Amino acid sequence: MTTNPVKITARNVQVYYGDNHAIKDVNVDIEDKTVTAFIGPSGCGKSTFLRCINRMNDTIDICRVQGDILIDGEDIYDRKVDPVQLRAKVGMVFQKPNPFPKSIYENVAYGPRIHGLARGKAELDEIVEHALKRAAIWEEVKDRLNAPGTGLSGGQQQRLCIARAVATEPEVLLMDEPCSALDPIATAQVEELIDELRQNYSVVIVTHSMQQAARVSQKTAFFHLGNLVEFGETDRIFTQPEDPRTESYITGRIG
Amino acid sequence: MLVLIVLVLASFGYILVRRRAIASVGGDQRILHSLPSYYGSTALMFIAVPSLLVLALWLLIQPMLVQNAVIGLIPAETINEGSSVGLVMSDVRRIADGLDTAIAQGAITSVNAASLNVETSNIRAQLAEVGVALGSDVAAPVLAAAQRYRAMNANGSTAMTLSVLTLALIGFALAYRMTTAAFRARNTVEAGVKTLLILAASLAILTTVGIVFSMLFESINFFRMHDWRDFFLGSKWAPNFRGDSDLSILPLLWGTLYISFIALLVAVPIGLFAAIYLSEYAGPKTRAVAKPLLEILAGIPTIVYGLFALLTVGPFLVSVFGRGEEGFLSVEWMSGATAVLTAGLVMGIMLIPFVSSLSDDIINAVPQSLRDGSFGLGATHSETVRQVVLPAALPGIVGAILLAASRAIGETMIVVLGAGAIARISLNPLEAMTTITTRIVSQLTGDTNFASPETLVAFALGLTLFVLTLGLNVIALYIVRRYREQYE
Repeated sequence: MTTNPVKITARNVQVYYGDNHAIKDVNVDIEDKTVTAFIGPSGCGKSTFLRCINRMNDTIDICRVQGDILIDGEDIYDRKVDPVQLRAKVGMVFQKPNPFPKSIYENVAYGPRIHGLARGKAELDEIVEHALKRAAIWEEVKDRLNAPGTGLSGGQQQRLCIARAVATEPEVLLMDEPCSALDPIATAQVEELIDELRQNYSVVIVTHSMQQAARVSQKTAFFHLGNLVEFGETDRIFTQPEDPRTESYITGRIG
Repeated sequence: MLVLIVLVLASFGYILVRRRAIASVGGDQRILHSLPSYYGSTALMFIAVPSLLVLALWLLIQPMLVQNAVIGLIPAETINEGSSVGLVMSDVRRIADGLDTAIAQGAITSVNAASLNVETSNIRAQLAEVGVALGSDVAAPVLAAAQRYRAMNANGSTAMTLSVLTLALIGFALAYRMTTAAFRARNTVEAGVKTLLILAASLAILTTVGIVFSMLFESINFFRMHDWRDFFLGSKWAPNFRGDSDLSILPLLWGTLYISFIALLVAVPIGLFAAIYLSEYAGPKTRAVAKPLLEILAGIPTIVYGLFALLTVGPFLVSVFGRGEEGFLSVEWMSGATAVLTAGLVMGIMLIPFVSSLSDDIINAVPQSLRDGSFGLGATHSETVRQVVLPAALPGIVGAILLAASRAIGETMIVVLGAGAIARISLNPLEAMTTITTRIVSQLTGDTNFASPETLVAFALGLTLFVLTLGLNVIALYIVRRYREQYE
């Protein structure tokens, strides 16, 4: 397997929720144009760590982050960095599909609009169409772009949310259990989509399903009780785990 | 007095039946179907409920029957010009009560009272001695009617006492007989409790229906005397107690809507912004302090707001817009403290907590996932609020505003003190205008005769107001409920 350049670097990251030490000294290098999966039992801190990468934790008052996270060598917790701008560069897809109560078109156009990415209506139309095609939902919705986004099925809603995230041209796409609210067919569609997104983005996906991690990711990180226990090629993690805790988890003994 | 007797009887029944229940199983309570107190409560119910119900009905119906019977005794010629049956009846009642008082004080014996005669004695003077003042000398038919009134009432009271006590005793006997070990007293009490609760609920609803109907009937009376076209389509409000008044709702409706509009103009932005701050930006500590403080505004009696309007806001506005050269703006636009703007501003302040409290709840009901989605796309907080949270909450906010509007339309005290009393249709907010509610107050205060269109118009006004606010409330609640369903 070819090695891609490193996109995200985390060094000695600590996260506290009030007095709770949620992430303990995590170091990891996430590659560009790769799908990296975070797995681990509930409450192990994988979602928390994911939310550090686009500073979504800033919106939670009691949360404190220490250590360095660098994207393309730039510290995103530096005071010069505007977290709002950062989130445009690091898109996020959430556990539950959360389309805005607007039309399908407006949902996708939301990001480009607030960041002023389009000059004129024609360009915006193009961005929306492109994003919807990227998210493999264009064929299903092209005739009803003005219908409300909330009227779509769960799987369609989630792909709409992915289109929405893609529309702002991010460099990194964070996905927090994107399939946990979906049925198997919708899950398969989204997984296929994730695989395609790898061509352009660095994708980080948190998942509870080890099968999913094995199917879509090239790198896997196993978190346990706030520690990054093991990180490496997905194939190796699932076949020859080095740490006994990883082995217990993937064989179903813990978690 | 009778109520007391029934209650004492009921408590005795409770104790006796409870004892009998225990005795019937030889003191072993486990054999009883229910706890002993349930048997007692059954007796209490059986004794008190039917008898007190009959008592209440009797007290309602007897005066009507007596009145009908007595009115027949009064010949039409006794009723003077400008008077009415109602006035004569109140004389009859006063004489009858006066005689009762006189007997109670020992001024006359009951035998004398029954044989009083207009020719032989001056009843007016006699009653005046015991402190009952009559407006005029007593005519013979009126005295006869009063005597009849007394007699019927006395008979009625005796019959009532008897039947109530009999019912209570029958209830007691029934409860006593039914008390055996197998009697399911617990279930009986349960049914009784349920009936009581249903009664309370239906009473509230029936009262509402009653209010609506009484307004409806009085309004119909009004429209019999006054042309409905003048009321709904006329342009002048000029009540004149000598009759022949212009009674049109339009100037009042205009004043009402204009003042409410200004009030909403004040309350909606301030209330909404306060709600957005509280629900989106304020930390839990600020919120814990600020929200109750804001809601204190809702607890201030509206008469206090009225005083505030009259004594603070009004003079302040006059010093800005009035007083010519001495004023802040050197203009002479405002002549008095009472004006549409005065009432509207103060009412707006009153409405702020309505808007903010409801909107705050509604904004809080917008799922956090929508906010996260927007933040995740790189939107700032205010962009998120403006483009995601508010559109999502909009239906609910509209509902909140409509509720506030219906409150504004029905508000009375602030406009009584702040808006003035001149009915007119004008666009100038610095002029005094008047509203439906203030005119209802002024038409019904002071000496009034409930048969003239000038007073009955109050009911027509009230009914219109009721229909208006009811409509707004129904729409608002419908919108708010639909909104809630969307996110639950």
